Amino acid sequence: MNLTLYVWRQKNAGDKGRMDKYEAKDISPDMSFLEMLDVVNEDLEREGKDPIAFDHDCREGICGTCSLNVNGVAHGPEKGTTVCQLHMRNFKDGDKIYIEPWRAKAFPVVKDLIVDRSAFDRIMQAGGFVSVGTGGAPDANAIPISKEAAEDAFDAAACIGCGACVAACKNASAMLFVAAKVSHLANLPQGKVEAKRRVVNMINQMDLEGFGNCTNYYECQAACPKEISVKFIAQMNREYFRSLRYKEK
Amino acid sequence: MALDSQVPSGPMSEKWDKHKFDLKVVSPANKRKFHIIVVGTGLAGGSAAASFAELGYKVTAFCYQDSPRRAHSIAAQGGINAAKNYQNDNDSVYRLFYDTVKGGDFRSREANVYRLAQLSENIIDQCVAQGVPFARDYGGELANRSFGGALVSRTFYARGQTGQQLLLGCYQALARQIGLGAVEMHGRSEMLDLVVVDGHAKGIIVRDMVTGEIKSYAADAVVLATGGYGNVFYLSTNAMGCNVTAAYRAYKKGAFFANPCYTQIHPTCIPVHGDYQSKLTLMSESLRNDGRIWVPKKKGETRSPNDIPEDERDYYLERKYPSYGNLAPRDIASRSAKEVCDEGRGVGETGMGVYLDFSDAINRLGEDTIRARYGNLFHMYEKITDENPYQVPMRIFPAPHYTMGGLWVDYNLMSNLPGLFVIGEANFSDHGANRLGASALMQGLADGYFVIPYTIGHYLAGVTPGEVKADHGEFKKSEEDVKQRVHKLLSIDGKRTVDDFHRQLGRLMWEECGMARNEEGLKKALEEIPKIRDEFWENVKVVGENEELNQCLERAGRVVDFLEFAELMCEDALDRDESCGGHFREEHQTEEGEALRNDDNYTHVSAWEFTEVGKKPNLHKEPLEFEEVPLAQRSYK
Ligand SMILES: Cc1cc2nc3c(=O)[nH]c(=O)nc-3n(C[C@H](O)[C@H](O)[C@H](O)COP(=O)(O)OP(=O)(O)OC[C@H]3O[C@@H](n4cnc5c(N)ncnc54)[C@H](O)[C@@H]3O)c2cc1C
Ligand code: SF4
Ligand code: FES
Repeated sequence: MNLTLYVWRQKNAGDKGRMDKYEAKDISPDMSFLEMLDVVNEDLEREGKDPIAFDHDCREGICGTCSLNVNGVAHGPEKGTTVCQLHMRNFKDGDKIYIEPWRAKAFPVVKDLIVDRSAFDRIMQAGGFVSVGTGGAPDANAIPISKEAAEDAFDAAACIGCGACVAACKNASAMLFVAAKVSHLANLPQGKVEAKRRVVNMINQMDLEGFGNCTNYYECQAACPKEISVKFIAQMNREYFRSLRYKEK
Repeated sequence: MALDSQVPSGPMSEKWDKHKFDLKVVSPANKRKFHIIVVGTGLAGGSAAASFAELGYKVTAFCYQDSPRRAHSIAAQGGINAAKNYQNDNDSVYRLFYDTVKGGDFRSREANVYRLAQLSENIIDQCVAQGVPFARDYGGELANRSFGGALVSRTFYARGQTGQQLLLGCYQALARQIGLGAVEMHGRSEMLDLVVVDGHAKGIIVRDMVTGEIKSYAADAVVLATGGYGNVFYLSTNAMGCNVTAAYRAYKKGAFFANPCYTQIHPTCIPVHGDYQSKLTLMSESLRNDGRIWVPKKKGETRSPNDIPEDERDYYLERKYPSYGNLAPRDIASRSAKEVCDEGRGVGETGMGVYLDFSDAINRLGEDTIRARYGNLFHMYEKITDENPYQVPMRIFPAPHYTMGGLWVDYNLMSNLPGLFVIGEANFSDHGANRLGASALMQGLADGYFVIPYTIGHYLAGVTPGEVKADHGEFKKSEEDVKQRVHKLLSIDGKRTVDDFHRQLGRLMWEECGMARNEEGLKKALEEIPKIRDEFWENVKVVGENEELNQCLERAGRVVDFLEFAELMCEDALDRDESCGGHFREEHQTEEGEALRNDDNYTHVSAWEFTEVGKKPNLHKEPLEFEEVPLAQRSYK
């Protein structure tokens, strides 16, 4: 099939940026979306033109590197799918496709479709961990954890840190990402010990980074490639209020 | 040069404890004076960097992704081994040790493997303490599954995302240290050279992948944890950015490269489907717990799999290896698949595929149970192939996956260059000629959490901190070399793309140095590779400039190294005139087509020393001794 692409090009953080038009020819329905872009890029390179820069690595939907807005939707039209796992059979001959980077104040564009998501790392550094050092851990079976709690923790821990939740939210809020980490650890006995500090520190950092507020649109859950549930936002809010009460004491 | 493995004396089970006591220790007050560079923050590098910082060392770490959370360790699906014997199925440190030595086809260093098996238990404890949500039973205890090459259930897992969960645990530990200011982390940074001063590794040259700035970093020791080189085949299960660059540049600076020809071709991947394909996707080995592998008995079968009656199917692994069956080790399972496809019994459009069938398991356990075990893998399979594996058998084929070869290290995980340590997939040490499933995660974390934090102290205790600074002449020289190479790449302005060359090299390597190798093919490859390389330097087109984010330039730099490294791989494969594990020389097989070792001449590690590009490297041998597990032909029947 043949497609027309409109792609955001921006030389660097300082550049204003614009949409450019490209033709993608002879695209097979079995290609992934990124393989389609590879084809376009290889043609550009042959012509000596700057290929379209986009972030990607594992191409298996797990590293969270890929990050494209396709026709205004973070990761494109298929539910529960990263854009590296999106296949061209979801499109048809003659389609026009608009490709843009994540748009959020806290994720500045680095080049073309690549953004800087280091704000997520800094939120993690503020508290997204259990403060145990290497060595001295008790036997792994010393503390039984119910299957339900482990599964619940896992459901939250499945977050790949891609940032689609932020890109999809009209307030550019990072609540789903932060809630996923807070809940993952709060659901396990090992993480409970410092749950109160963690939630406060992470939320403070999130605010500092310039992410917006959550006003319950739930676009984040709809865009999330790992289908992280907004119920974790509710859990985080509970954790947060509990920690405030704790502080006042 | 004599290669001293530094393996301690004494009984196998006491070596590590004894050695730890003999290692020098740096005092707490002095630790902060020492500066360690860690390149790569996957499971191996991430765990090492966090542990160093906890001890009080000053750490600077680098990775090429934007965040350490995205290292390719994240993609590991199936699980991690540990000799916990929680299932009471008679597992033990000794059994894990034995299985690993045997699985590696007697080409690994026994003492390293024994230590690995010992430390496996601590890893699980550590990860649980960090909040890794491993699978659990209803009683609240940890669950296990089985993996290839073992008769016990010792694999711990977190759904089909074990690597992700382990890496997040390790990333969190690292994030904590970054937050505390104990680790300085540089993402989107690529190491392009190692700097050696008076024979000691003293730092690295790094390109900032956003600004293009090429910069020197000096330290008292350098740790490489840069992963494997599977992408020499172009198509592999590795991430797009995985490379040999860091290890190869260290090799060019004098570090020995050990057993580069030992590559693992994983039996269960989604088959290749088109020229445009950029990577291959693994379907975890854990699927072999419940899936049965078969092909039609008849050549050129055209019926759809569900229409082929039971007695016209050949469950070839179960037939050939009745006791291990579908859980035969990877090298054996891969070769068997190739064999039946070569016979013309392969399935799918290209004939390069075999079935992995879940219908028996679904009938026995129900679709829900199978979904709970492998849901995400089935989902991924369906997305890629547009076929529903609950209804039709999966089609799978072997693909390059893991590299057992790597930089040579001694028992302390230090290379022959003092001060250069190598951990994780980037070193060669523990898996011999074939790695068993679920043991790479184990090795990466054992190296990073529990080995190198002790052994690096022993080295540092003997050097003066901060002796060499980044303004030393050697740094300037290396920086200049790197700049010139970049400049040259950008100025060729030829006609072919970087990927075009990479694909050409990959095809050649897959044909001649892949699942099966022979003298003629290897010699042919050794003639072809320099030609591809020469054409590359004349006819590649690398667009853009250095002073910007330039993905084309990044790829070109990696392909340059693959083009030289491929030659080293073929030299090694040619020199090792025997079959062992993943290295299958067609000239050496038993009547039944199994790998036939030549213990008299090849019970050694081949460690190669760089001479000149295009010239044969020098070979150094580390003899391997088997005190505990007597050399024997592997049998999985
Ligand atoms: C699809 C897949 C599934 C797997 N499943 C399993 C499994 O179930 N069980 C198991 O035990 N093993 C499994 N493995 C193997 C295992 O995942 C890897 O061997 C292991 O994770 C490697 O860890 P590492 O820390 O050595 O390297 P990696 O995790 O690859 O990390 C490499 C690091 O080095 C950095 N780096 C690389 N080059 C440079 C450079 N030039 N400059 C700067 N930084 C650089 C990267 O940014 C990264 O941080 C699997 C492998 C794959 C590919
Ligand atoms: S919550 Fe979902 S969308 Fe947000 S970062 Fe995690 S995986 Fe991505
Ligand atoms: S490239 Fe890794 S999730 Fe898409």
